[in-house]
Order: sequence, then C-alpha cells, then structure tokens
Amino acid sequence: MSTSQPLLDVRDVVTHYGKIVALRGVDLSVASGEIVTLIGANGAGKSTLMMTICGSPKATSGQVYFDGEEITGLPTHEIMRKSIAQSPEGRRIFPRMSVMENLIMGAETASNADVDGSLQRVFDLFPRLKERQNQRGGTLSGGEQQMLAIARALMSKPRLLLLDEPSLGLAPLIVKQIFDAIRDLNQGDGLTVFLVEQNAYHALKLAHRGYVMVNGKITMSGTGKELLARDDVKAAYLEGGAH
Amino acid sequence: MEYFLQQLINGVTLGSIYGLIAIGYTMVYGIIGMINFAHGDIFMVGSFLSLILIVAFGITASLPIGLLILALIGVLIISMALTSVWGWTVERIAYRPLRGSFRLAPLITAIGASIALQNFVQISQGARNKPLQPLIPGGFTLTEGSDDGFIVQLSYSQILIIVVTTLLMIGFTLLINKTSLGRAQRACEQDRKMASLLGINVDRTISLTFVMGAALAAVAGLLFLLYYGVIDFYIGFLAGVKAFTAAVLGGIGSLPGAMLGGLLIGLIETFWSGYFSVEYKDVAAFSILAIVLIFMPEGLLGKPEVEKV
Repeated sequence: MSTSQPLLDVRDVVTHYGKIVALRGVDLSVASGEIVTLIGANGAGKSTLMMTICGSPKATSGQVYFDGEEITGLPTHEIMRKSIAQSPEGRRIFPRMSVMENLIMGAETASNADVDGSLQRVFDLFPRLKERQNQRGGTLSGGEQQMLAIARALMSKPRLLLLDEPSLGLAPLIVKQIFDAIRDLNQGDGLTVFLVEQNAYHALKLAHRGYVMVNGKITMSGTGKELLARDDVKAAYLEGGAH
Repeated sequence: MEYFLQQLINGVTLGSIYGLIAIGYTMVYGIIGMINFAHGDIFMVGSFLSLILIVAFGITASLPIGLLILALIGVLIISMALTSVWGWTVERIAYRPLRGSFRLAPLITAIGASIALQNFVQISQGARNKPLQPLIPGGFTLTEGSDDGFIVQLSYSQILIIVVTTLLMIGFTLLINKTSLGRAQRACEQDRKMASLLGINVDRTISLTFVMGAALAAVAGLLFLLYYGVIDFYIGFLAGVKAFTAAVLGGIGSLPGAMLGGLLIGLIETFWSGYFSVEYKDVAAFSILAIVLIFMPEGLLGKPEVEKV
C-alpha cells in the first residue's frame, strides 16, 4: 500500500454503449493536487471515461474510487455530491437560464455551500461572466459559454474538477485564458484537475502527468514533459498543434 | 353590453379551471417531453375525492360561513394530498419504467392509465351522475334591468374560482422562478443529463412535477364540483382534452402559456355558446387551436429558440 492514495482511481474499467465496447479496461489515477490530462483522437473513448467516472453510463466492469471510496454503480447525482464536478463535453449550459442561475445551479446541491464566496471566486477568474450575469446562457459566445461551464462546475467548491475539451472550437486567445485559469485554480486553490483534451500540446504543457488513449485503452503514460518529447506522441497528436 | 359582460365572467371562470389543469400537461411535457393523457382523469379523481370528503364531513350550505370556508379549505388540502399520491403512483407505475424506451411507449401507457382510472372510478363509485347541493349559493347582481332587462350575475363561486386560481398561479410562478425546486425543474427541462451532473436527482424532480400537476388538478376538481354541482367518471376526458388544447395553444412547455391558453379556450367556448350555438362550442375551440398552430406552430408563448452552440 502506498502511503498517499490517489484522489481518483480508475481500475480496469470497461464500458459498453449497447453492444459496442467503448472502454476496454482502463487504469489510471489522479493524485490530490495534480493536473492530469488524457489525450487521444476523436472517438478514442475519452469523454466516455469522463462520463463513466460520473456513473452515466455505468461501467460494465471494473471499479472507480474517489478518495478511497468506491463510487462505481452509484447514481450520477450521488456521485456528483461527493465533491466531484464536471464541465462536460459541449459545455451543456442551460440555455434558457441566466448566467447567474446557471452558476447557482452549480452550487445547488453542495453541502455547506458558500454561494457568495464561490461567486466571488469565479467572477475573479472570469470577469466577463460578471458583466453578463443577467444574460441568458444560450446567448453567450462559445468562449463565454465555456467559461460559464467551468465556473458552474467550480460553484460547488469541488476537490476534483473533470474538464472535457475546454478548448474545443475556441480562439487561441480564449484557450490561453482558460488554460491560465486552470493553472491558477490548481496552484492557487489546490484544485485537482483531470483534463480531457484533443489540444494535446497545450494540455501536456499544462499537466503534471498525462495518459494517451487509443481505441478505449490507455497506451502510454508519463509526465507531461516526457510525453511531449516522445516521437510517437508528436507524430500522432502534435502535428501542427504546437502553435 | 350586459350580455357580453356576463359571458366574459363565465368565460374567465371556465378558463381558470382549464388553466389549472393545463399547467399539469405543460409541466410534464416540459420536463419529460410526453403528454400525460391520464392527467384529465387525475382531475376527475380529484373531483371525486373532494365530493367524498364533502359528504363524509357533512358539509352543507347551512353551516355558518366561517366554518364552511374552513371546512372547504380542509377538503382542498386533503384532496390535493390524496390526488398527488394518485399522480405520483401513475408516474411510478406507468411512466418511469419506460423512461429511455421509445417515445411512443409512455404515450400508450398514458392512455392505458387514463382508461384504468376511468373504469376504476366507474366501478367503485358507480356510473351515474353525482350531484352536490350548491355549497356557495348567491352572488352579486352587477346590473339590474337595463332596457332589455338582462341581469348580470357574478356568483360567489365564480369569485372563489377566479381568486383561488389567480393566487395559485402567482404562487406557482414564484415557485418555478425563485425556488431551488423550480430551478431544478427548469434545469431538468433544459438538459436532464447536465442536471444530474450537478447533483440533481432527476427522477425525484420528475416525480415532484407530477405531484405538483396533480395537486393543481385536484384544486380544479374541487372548483369544478362547486361550480357545476354535478360530476361523473367521464368528466376528465373532455376537460382533459380542453386543457391539453389550452396548453398547446399557449405553447406547450410554457407556464404562462398554459394559463393564457386556458383563459382563451374558456372565453372562446363561452362566447361561441353565447352568440352562436352551444352545439358547436368545441368545434370553435379546436378550430382556433388549428388556426393558431398553422401560423404559430410553437403556440402563442412557445419558446423562442435562441441558442448558440
């Protein structure tokens, strides 16, 4: 037994969509205070893993542990009350709610929620949201929606933040802002981050460690620097990406 | 003019009852995208429960006014609670097991639940009309003997219906817009998966939606009973279809739409009966629905879809 158990521990997880196998025995772990990234091509199963951790879909076999406690098989809403928050693929902002209401939804089920404190923190991080707090979520730009999705996830003061493709479809300048915010949250607030990205260059530069997923299996892992230096990673994921 | 005023009063009264039922349709549609065809029968069950309670408590118009009001409030609360249990049970038995199944499946079980409720009440309560002596007789006479001698009446039961409905609608709008339960319901309506990712118990929220719809239907049931003084096991069908029409007319999924739609259907029906022919009042109501849907497929207050992705 190692002395420091990981905050998130995924062991041999298999997930099916109907009869199709999406994850074929995934093992990975995220230690407290780390930024860990998972990179891979479209359709490799990255988002499926993210959602399987949250219990939707449920893993067919294998276990997921959060802070030493098994959460496999729990209903999604119970998992999400355990200090885990997700900013999902496609952002999933509530389009007909105001920015403020979207944020409050993020803190709705958090125990001992200090809503004002959380609001203060996310407005510091993304001042744009403060300006737009009364606007409907559906009318925000893509970048603002992404900021809102992350901010909403932060409202419950989670220990683990799951981030699915925060850079998707955004201008480089916005991507930089968002990645800076993630670094700030990790260093300043000690937030543990598990980041799924196609933008492998930025993700690996930001992360302490990374995993590479191909066809529902982890094929490589290492520190961000190690993976960035590997030729096969460069060839597969970084061509033209380092701009 | 007096005649018009009288029709207006009658129309608003009828529209209030439709509006209360329509909210149940529109909320359920909003949150799980299905038409709960058993909702009209939940209204009918609510009406029967009110009647049973009134008879059981021995409530008659001869009670002192204060006691009468208190007794009716008691009936209302118990009837709302019991009807809610019915609404919850229907959701639990007929709809929840089919969640994630193909879209038509819960629609078919809804029709089944509707038939089952009707037959249950028919068998257990008998098929004959159930009359109730007027509990709130009398009212105001607004105009007396103009040239054509028409008298405009505003009865106490009409006042009761309009006041209760208005209060409930205000309360309900606040509940949906300002409370955390209302926020959870709107979140589930807009993106159920995301709501669960924020820790919202989606199944529970859906159950509560059915419970709230049923409670409002129970209020409508009691008001209907007090107003018309006669019910049978079949009243849920036509009232249900009308309220459903009201919900679609106002824009299904929209709460103010359901209220507006209910009011309009009530007014159209009443005015048509008053000025043209009673026989064709349903035709008039449904024709207006058809015309509105041709030009505004989303209904009067349907959601404008302004969403950037």
